Amino acid sequence: MATTTTDNWPQQPAAGPDNYLTHTRGIASWIFTLDHKRVGIMFLVSVVAFLGLGAFFALLIRTELAHPGPTIMTDTTAKMLATVSLADEQLTPQQMYNRAFTLHGAIMIFLFVIPAIPSALGNFVLPLQLGARDVAFPRLNLFSYHLFIIGAVFFVLTLLMGGVDTGWTFYAPYSVETSTAVTTAVIGAFVLGFGSIFTGLNFLVTVHTLRRPGMTWFKMPLMVWALYATAIIQLLATPVLAITLLLLFAERLFGVGIFDPALGGDPVLFQHFFWFYSHPAVYIMILPAMGIISEVISSHSRKHIFGYKFIAYSSVAIALLGFLVWGHHMFVSGQSPLAGVIFSALTFSVAIPSAIKVFNWIATMYKGSVSFSTPMLYAMIFIILFGLGGLTGLFLGALATDVHVHDTSFVVAHFHYQMVGGGVIAFICGVHHWWPKMTGRMYSERIGRIVAIMILIGFNLTYFPQFIIGSRGMPRRYFDYESMVGEIPGLTFYQMISTIGGYIFVAGLVAIPIYLIYSLKHGPPAPDNPWGGATLEWKTSSPPPWDNFKKLPEVTDPYDFENMRFDEKTQGYVTAT
Amino acid sequence: MTENPDQHSTEGHGEHPPWLAHHFDTPQQQYASAKLGMWTFLLTEVLFFSGLFCAYAVFRRNYPEVFFDGHHFLDTTLGAVNTAILLLSSFTMAWGVRCAQLGQRRLLIALLAITLVCAGGFLVIKGFEYNVKWEHHMFPGQAVVANWFGAYEPEVPGEPPPRGFHPGEHEEYLIDKLKHADEEAGVRLPPESLYEAELEERVDNLGTFFGIYFCLTGLHAIHVICGMIAITWLLVRARRGDFGPQHYDAVDCVGLYWHLVDLIWIYLFPLLYLIH
Repeated sequence: MATTTTDNWPQQPAAGPDNYLTHTRGIASWIFTLDHKRVGIMFLVSVVAFLGLGAFFALLIRTELAHPGPTIMTDTTAKMLATVSLADEQLTPQQMYNRAFTLHGAIMIFLFVIPAIPSALGNFVLPLQLGARDVAFPRLNLFSYHLFIIGAVFFVLTLLMGGVDTGWTFYAPYSVETSTAVTTAVIGAFVLGFGSIFTGLNFLVTVHTLRRPGMTWFKMPLMVWALYATAIIQLLATPVLAITLLLLFAERLFGVGIFDPALGGDPVLFQHFFWFYSHPAVYIMILPAMGIISEVISSHSRKHIFGYKFIAYSSVAIALLGFLVWGHHMFVSGQSPLAGVIFSALTFSVAIPSAIKVFNWIATMYKGSVSFSTPMLYAMIFIILFGLGGLTGLFLGALATDVHVHDTSFVVAHFHYQMVGGGVIAFICGVHHWWPKMTGRMYSERIGRIVAIMILIGFNLTYFPQFIIGSRGMPRRYFDYESMVGEIPGLTFYQMISTIGGYIFVAGLVAIPIYLIYSLKHGPPAPDNPWGGATLEWKTSSPPPWDNFKKLPEVTDPYDFENMRFDEKTQGYVTAT
Repeated sequence: MTENPDQHSTEGHGEHPPWLAHHFDTPQQQYASAKLGMWTFLLTEVLFFSGLFCAYAVFRRNYPEVFFDGHHFLDTTLGAVNTAILLLSSFTMAWGVRCAQLGQRRLLIALLAITLVCAGGFLVIKGFEYNVKWEHHMFPGQAVVANWFGAYEPEVPGEPPPRGFHPGEHEEYLIDKLKHADEEAGVRLPPESLYEAELEERVDNLGTFFGIYFCLTGLHAIHVICGMIAITWLLVRARRGDFGPQHYDAVDCVGLYWHLVDLIWIYLFPLLYLIH
């Protein structure tokens, strides 16, 4: 496989003249489209833009921490910032740092990771995989996107008003008292939350009512199972975030007194509400990622998925168990020790379905015909990074060790292994897997693989050192660590390595859109089924026609690759007859 | 839901009735989707309110006396009238769904109009209730209440107090009301001087109750307004003759939403007004 070059792809028009990209023209035909594929593409472009913005703030943080003492956030840069900001006060370097990490977190969570896989990729593939012509409520689907844009505008407004400095968690009472633009950020997150609820609702109903005749629950692709489980979480958890943010908003505006102790409120109640959403929310980020990995591992290993039902049920199990563990974010918040012990024990239970998935993926690869295509490389990177992130999660789930490493960069490294090593890598994996289907073009496999390796190296250089210094006591969210240099062995070295790794990682991330966009014009046209996938989206043309299927496909086992053979003429797989 | 492959092959896209969206094969499928979507939405609505109900439970358990004091300031009669109005509106709504199913267009329009009037009536009465709170400065949040009832300290020295502010007057009203309630309940009173201090503290704590009260009823009122918009939309469509025995999804779904709004009030009324 490594010797395959893209040079011998046939040079012919990518697709017939009429597909969903060319069916109607003009910007309005996109902004007001009811086509789930176009909504998916619009989400894809938008979330990638916000990934870029979030990564920019990440680099600011990493550059600041590269060296002890103020590095780039100084009085001079603060003065420069004051000239462009709408807020007239000049910040201290420390305040700049607080805002940078808050905006990094808030943008990455609310504007990238949560919508990235379900709203962008899920929107595109879910109806195709079900053999449906659209999601159940196309207008609502478009409305979700418009809500996303409105929420994003509020976040940009927050940015212009000088940012927020509460951390992405908006903990009360500080979020009630601070003079930064918490109100606009909260409105933004509230609106985005409703976009997420409506996407989940749409997917849930679509899975229930729009499956092609013959597609029983256990003939659904595992991506659909994953999106279904994600939809359950979006529906059950996000409304609680909505009311929490609404109350925070009311608290700031009218002094309602539910969270702020100065007004008779209870700040721990805020934390309970917040994590009741935000812990399940990490499964909104990781579950669809697991769905992508299930698809990619099976079709790129040319082997039937191992333990289909276990993977399917473990998605639902994660969705349900995920609701019972929010208290592990609050071990040191003053909740009762008994609650701490119970939450700790329940936390371990989530590890079981996650491990079931990992074992099944590895068993699928075992004795399969594993290709080292770009999506498969990312899927394997996912397994490594998610495994590391999951295992370090056990340290944090254990009550006693958590108290020790609480609020250190160990926690930062852990959740970045999960959210970036898991969520973002799977997102990239899915984009590469479905790129031929979405655009009708093949990207350069060689560059794709080089970048994948670069991302693997860059990522580990960035975050692995943070495990080490975190376990030695480096706190998270600190602007400076000069006073700790003597106490934590190797602190300066590891911080520098982490920053260098960060730049390598971001360079890899930047390369991806460049070569993908290049492929739109110069890439060879994609066959209908470049990877030999057996799910229904590979049975329509690349790109699909506007109503998805010229002739509605027959439902078969989504992981049966037995009857497929590689067709040299189209460079794609066809079903042998 | 029917999943018959033959049914699809015989139902070409050309035979779709105009109200059947292109991505659905059969009206049954469209109806099932709409119904499931609405029920799911109602589930999220319940969870949306659940945060506030949870806050209510926590605060009521921690400060039962504040809730007991606070409920004296709510008008049980107006609350009961509002409950009756909403129950009536739910009945007319349910009947309206039946009319849509039977194709009784004129009756449907009349019933939707009654539902709309009831919803408006509910809000007007609620408005009167809010107005009383407003006049006596019963605002949410301890600090706000304390600010209003403490000695007036202008930001600029010598600045007169805002219009309608009479130092002490509102506090007197609240203390009188609490005292009266205590006497009616026959509570054994401590010495007069201590009792006055206790009353003052109780007044300061009322903000917590009003915070929950305004959030719950305010959020419910927003839902009533959304319901009115939806019912108005139904009225316009019903006048146009959109609904019939084959196609009444919208009436059915808005009806479900309206019943939920009603149901939430049925919980709010005893939780806020009928505390013992």
